Amino acid sequence: MVIVTDVYQKILGAGASPQVLLVLGGLTMALVMALVMAACAIVFTWMERKVAGFMQSRYGPMRVGHWHGVAQPVADMLKILQKEDIIPAEADKFFFRVAPLIIFLGSLLAWAAIPFAPGFVAADLDLGLFYIFAVSGLAVIGILMAGWASNNKWALYGAARGAAQIVSYEIPIALAAIPVVMYTGSLNMNDIVHAQQGGVAGWFLLRNPFLFLAFLIYFICSIAEVNRTPFDLPETESELVAGYHTEYTGMRFAFFFLAEYANLFLVSCIATAVFLGGWQNPVPGVNVAPGLVFVVKATVLVFLQMWMRWTLPRLRVDQLMYVCWKVMIPLSLVCVVGAGIWMMVLGQLAH
Amino acid sequence: MATDDRTPAAAGGWSETEDLPGLRSELLEINMGPQHPATHGVLRLLVKTDGEIVYEVKPYIGYLHRCAEKIAEGCDYKQWTVYTDRFDYLAPMNCNFAYVTAVERFLDFPVPERAQYIRVVCAELQRIASHLIALGTFGLDMGAWTPLLYCFREREEILNLFERLCGGRMLYNYMCVGGVRFDLPEKWREDVLEFVRWFEKNKIDDYNTLLSYNKIFIERTADVGVISVEDAHAYGCTGPVLRGSGIQWDCRRNDPYAVYSHFEFDIPYGTGEVGTPGDCWDRYMVRVREMAESCKIIRQALRGLPEGPILADEIKRVLRVPAGSCYTRTESAKGELGHFIIADGGTKPFRNKVRSPSYCNLSVIEKIGRGLMVSDLVATVGSLDIVLGEIDR
Repeated sequence: MVIVTDVYQKILGAGASPQVLLVLGGLTMALVMALVMAACAIVFTWMERKVAGFMQSRYGPMRVGHWHGVAQPVADMLKILQKEDIIPAEADKFFFRVAPLIIFLGSLLAWAAIPFAPGFVAADLDLGLFYIFAVSGLAVIGILMAGWASNNKWALYGAARGAAQIVSYEIPIALAAIPVVMYTGSLNMNDIVHAQQGGVAGWFLLRNPFLFLAFLIYFICSIAEVNRTPFDLPETESELVAGYHTEYTGMRFAFFFLAEYANLFLVSCIATAVFLGGWQNPVPGVNVAPGLVFVVKATVLVFLQMWMRWTLPRLRVDQLMYVCWKVMIPLSLVCVVGAGIWMMVLGQLAH
Repeated sequence: MATDDRTPAAAGGWSETEDLPGLRSELLEINMGPQHPATHGVLRLLVKTDGEIVYEVKPYIGYLHRCAEKIAEGCDYKQWTVYTDRFDYLAPMNCNFAYVTAVERFLDFPVPERAQYIRVVCAELQRIASHLIALGTFGLDMGAWTPLLYCFREREEILNLFERLCGGRMLYNYMCVGGVRFDLPEKWREDVLEFVRWFEKNKIDDYNTLLSYNKIFIERTADVGVISVEDAHAYGCTGPVLRGSGIQWDCRRNDPYAVYSHFEFDIPYGTGEVGTPGDCWDRYMVRVREMAESCKIIRQALRGLPEGPILADEIKRVLRVPAGSCYTRTESAKGELGHFIIADGGTKPFRNKVRSPSYCNLSVIEKIGRGLMVSDLVATVGSLDIVLGEIDR
C-alpha cells in the first residue's frame, strides 16, 4: 500500500491530497489482490491436478499448452464462461445470485491484510490477524445462503454441515494464533513477521514446543476451514453430490471454485506469516526476493494440503465435531497456557 | 443403534416443540439416486432422515431391468449364455460360469477337465477384478480417491489378460455349455502366473497400508452397519457379506462345483478385528483376503492344468433338456449366484429364475439402515458391493 501510494504521489505530483491517494491506492491494491486470487486459482488447479495425477500413477492434464497441460486452467475457464447460467425455478433467486459473491468477498477481504513482502500489504492494519479471522468467517453466510437458496435438499445438507464445521473450527484456529500474539504483543501482520528475524531459528514454529503444537493445530484446522479432505464434509461428492454448490453452473460455480483455491492459498499464507517467518529468509545473509520466499513457503503448505487430500479418507460429520470440540480446542487452550508459562519462566513475554 | 424413540420427529413423523408452539419438525424425505454418486449404479434409495440420522431407508430398484429372464424363455439353452454377461457386468466370467454350470449339471453333461481348469482360472481372476472395484469404490465412498485409481490400474492388467484370451474386455461370452470357446493363447499361462505373483506380493499390502489400516478409514467403517448372523441368514445374504458376519460359508467349499474340490484354499471371514463382527470393515477385509485366496487357486489351477480338448465333442447339436427342474448355485464375486431352470423337454427352458446375490444382499439395507448416519448409509451400501445389472437383470 505504501509503495503504491508513493507511485501515485510521483505521478500526481506533490499537490495531490492524501485522501485521493488513499482511494487510488486502495482501488489498485484491491485490483491486484483480485488478480492474485485469480492467479492462485489458475496455478493451484493445475498444480492440484498434476499432484493428484502423479499420486495416482497417471499424468493429469497433458494436452493444452504444450508443456504438461499448463494452459488447462485457462481452457477450463473459457469453457466455464460459455456455460449456460441455470437458476433452479424454485430457487430464491436473489440469494442464489448473491451467495457466490459473498463467499468470494470473504476471501478477497482477508487477502488485504496478508504481508507478501516488506511494505507490500494492501491494508497494514493494527488488528490484522484479528481482521483476517473475522472476515474469513463471512464465507459461512455465503455457504448458508447458497445451500438454502438452491432449494435442494443435498445443498441444504452441505450448507448446514459447512456452517457447523467452519464456525466450530474458527475457534481452535484463533486460539492457535494467540501464543504468537503473546510473543509479539501485536496483531499487526507486519509486526508478527518482523518478530521472526534470524532465519529458521527465528520462526515462531521453532521458538518453543507449544508454538510447534499451535502450528500443527492451525494447519489441521485450516484444512477444515477450507473444506478439504479429510474434512470436506460440506461438499462430499459421494454423499451430498456436490454439497452447497450442487445447483450452481457456469460462472457462479466458478466463483465458488475460485474462492476455494484462493482460500487454500490464503490459509497457507496466514500460516507462513504467523508461524514460518513470512517473507524472512530461512537462511540469514542469503539475498532472495522476500516475495518469492513468502510464496514458496506458502506453496509448500499448499502442497502438503494436496498431499493429504489425495491420501486420506474423510471423517464422518460427528467425528469431525468430536475432533474439533474435544481434541483441537482443549489442545489449543493447552497451547495458550503452556506457551504463556514457558514465556513467563524464560522471560520472553512481550511488553 | 435403536432409533424409534430417539427423537420427537421419529416418534410420529412430526411434532411441535413445547417451547416454540407453531414451529414443527418433520422428517426430511430425500432421494438418494437413481442419479447419485454413492449408489453404485441406478439404485434409488428413498431415505427419511432426521437431520443427519437415517430414520428409514427403502431401496427402489428396476431402473436397469432388461427382461433377461423372459428372454431366456425364447432362447435355446446355449444361446442365452451371452445374456448372463450383462448381469454382473463387473464379473461376467462368474456369471457365464454359473449359467453353463447350471445347464451342464442339469444334463449331467461331461466337460473336459482342461476346460474346467481354465474356467476356474478365469472365474478367480474375475473375482479379483470385481473385488478390486469393490475396494476402490468403497474407498471412494469414504472420500479416499487414490486407492480407486490403484485398483483400476491392477484391474487393467486382468482385463488385458482376458482380452488376449477372448477379445473382450467387459462382456466376454467366453464360457459355453460344454467348455470354453478358445484355448489359452501363447505365454498366457506364464503371464497369469507372473501377474498373480506380482499382485500377491506387492499390491495387497499396498491397499492395506493405504486404506485398510488407515485410522480414519477404520473410524468410518468399524462398528458401522453391523449385520448380525441372524439378519444375514434371514435376508439370504451370501458371499463376502455373509462371511463378513463371521460365517464360513462358500459354495466353492460347501457345495463344490466344477473342479473346486481339487484346490486348497481358505475361506476368510469377519472376526470383528477392529470392531464388531459383521461391520463394514469386516466385509471390506473379507474381500481383500479373498483376493489372496483367489491368487492361490489360480496358481494351483495353472500348475495342474491338464492337456486335452477344451470343448466337448457332443456339444455341436442343439441341446434338448428333459422335463424337470434343477437349481444350481455357484459362488460369484458377490455371493451365491444360482440358476433355477424349469425345463419342459424342449430346446428352450420353460422358466429360468436367477437368484442374484446382490439382490438379497441389498435387501438387508432396510433393516440395518435405520439409525445410521447419512455418511454411514453410504458406507454400508458401499460395503454390500451391489451391482444393479445383477439386481434388476
